[in-house]
Amino acid sequence: MDKTQAPVWVIADQIDCRILSVSFQLIGRARKLADELETSVEAVLLGDNVREQTQQLVAAGADTVYLANSPELYFYQPELYTEIIVKLAQKQQPQIMMLGSTSMGRELAPLVAARLKTGLTAHCIDLVLDKDRILEQKIPAYGGLLSIICPEKRPQMATIASGVFPKPEMDAERTGEVVELEVPIDVPRRIETLEVVREEPKGVPLESAPIIVAGGAGAGDPDGWQQIADLANTLNAALGCTRPAVDEGWADLETMIGQSGKMVSPECYIGVGLSGELQHMVGIVGSQIMIAINNDAKSPVFEKVDFGIVDDGREFVPVLIEKIKKYQEKKVTC
Amino acid sequence: MLNIVVCVKAVPDPKEACNIKIDPDTKTLMRCEVPFVVNPLDKNAMEAALQLKEQGDAHISVLSMGPPEAGNIVKECLALGADQGFLLSDPAFGGADAYATAYTLAKGIEKIGSFDVVFCGMASSDGSTEWVGPEMATFLNIPVVTMVKEIVESEGEFWQVKASLENGYRLMRVQLPAVFTVTRDLNTPRTLSFSGIIKARKKEISEWGIHELGVPAELLGVKGSPTVVSNLSTTESKREVEMISGTREEKAEQLVQKLAEAGVI
Repeated sequence: MDKTQAPVWVIADQIDCRILSVSFQLIGRARKLADELETSVEAVLLGDNVREQTQQLVAAGADTVYLANSPELYFYQPELYTEIIVKLAQKQQPQIMMLGSTSMGRELAPLVAARLKTGLTAHCIDLVLDKDRILEQKIPAYGGLLSIICPEKRPQMATIASGVFPKPEMDAERTGEVVELEVPIDVPRRIETLEVVREEPKGVPLESAPIIVAGGAGAGDPDGWQQIADLANTLNAALGCTRPAVDEGWADLETMIGQSGKMVSPECYIGVGLSGELQHMVGIVGSQIMIAINNDAKSPVFEKVDFGIVDDGREFVPVLIEKIKKYQEKKVTC
Repeated sequence: MLNIVVCVKAVPDPKEACNIKIDPDTKTLMRCEVPFVVNPLDKNAMEAALQLKEQGDAHISVLSMGPPEAGNIVKECLALGADQGFLLSDPAFGGADAYATAYTLAKGIEKIGSFDVVFCGMASSDGSTEWVGPEMATFLNIPVVTMVKEIVESEGEFWQVKASLENGYRLMRVQLPAVFTVTRDLNTPRTLSFSGIIKARKKEISEWGIHELGVPAELLGVKGSPTVVSNLSTTESKREVEMISGTREEKAEQLVQKLAEAGVI
């Protein structure tokens, strides 16, 4: 097969027979790349009772859907999923393979990449073709944006978080081919998913919140963190954070915003005690109004927001909460 | 006896990470005197091994790949209670991406010999991929569980662990030998004790290079890395900041005004 004609792949991700939105976003991007490369988009869907979902992948832009549908595949099973994808990739020789930065994608991608002896980039914030039609995979690092390429090995593999690419227009009239795969029987079963337990998320969900208050290392201690949480409460906002706040144990990993966390676009973002690291800031570029509060006037965060306040968050936030409450009371009585 | 290997990485101290910049010419990190520390999540990996050793008969080998200075973090792990240290250090290993790193570490683990469990942090604070654990497991041809947050059952050949996922967890049954990459929810790492530091003086660190590993150079370092950094761009902010000044009260009032004008309160 002519290398340039090799397809662009997306490994779709599903939970309880529902395809995750990140998979559609990736197909949207794959479609653009494939059109530039004059080749096809192929999606791979593994699960149980997911046959009816294949049309959605076609509607999003896939030309072919490879489907493995079996009760054994209801949960993500590392060995079985890896084996199916590796065998198919060896046969179809995709030039690009994209996976969502979901809990499954983050484990499955390196398992597949190592078996295929190819490169893999983590949590890209953009994917473009360079002049040689090689995939440039953009990753924020230390105040800059790195372009990483995989010049020789194929496929060129990347994981991408939900929200990086928009959901494409769904065209229900689009037609595509569905190819059913056999589930291999000779795969070792050294590891098994016994059970998946989902808990109700706490607080206002970041993805849909009109206002997000995010805190970082500048909170200083659990009390300082509580003040930032109180500010979020007062505004009925979702509470987000940067990696240091997770490292300190103040905030859950689930609430981390940025390249390896959530990608969000609220109407208003308020960052308290954080320095504006690019890994965090790429997660909120879609925000309409951005405000930063930091005690260091030279903090790089002030180059990335609309309004800046130089003050110690621990002193300023309680005053701000009082003022907001007063305004809200006044508004109600008017 | 349970043979445990803990993989640790020397990373620039994350608390001073804002002082690290990328050299626009060489596209490498300018560390600017930022000291090396044990990657924070690798401390949780180390703690998991130490707790297993306290519960039963276990031997802990600590393994790192890095420049000779990384020997210090191996020493720190010996002081925490590891029995033996191994440092993979050779100019030929330099510039490795996650793939080549995982391959080199897997060769190191094979050379250490018998092992039942390999622990490592789920990600490093500097590189920020999460690929080394699972890729290493692939090269060793053993199973892996990433993002382990609880070890439910650790007796015998089959373990059960809980691994984090979006708003929940998955319960995994896994046959040893296996690799586990751990999250900070797994435990609270202990701190160094004086007696540990004294005991560590008698413990050995073996340093292995390309000849000891017996691996061809084209599979290591830059040559063995499928990915390369092709470009570095500095990002420019598209926003123009308006600084709000005044007394604390005034600043808060002005900010409330801005929020009201934007219609968010």
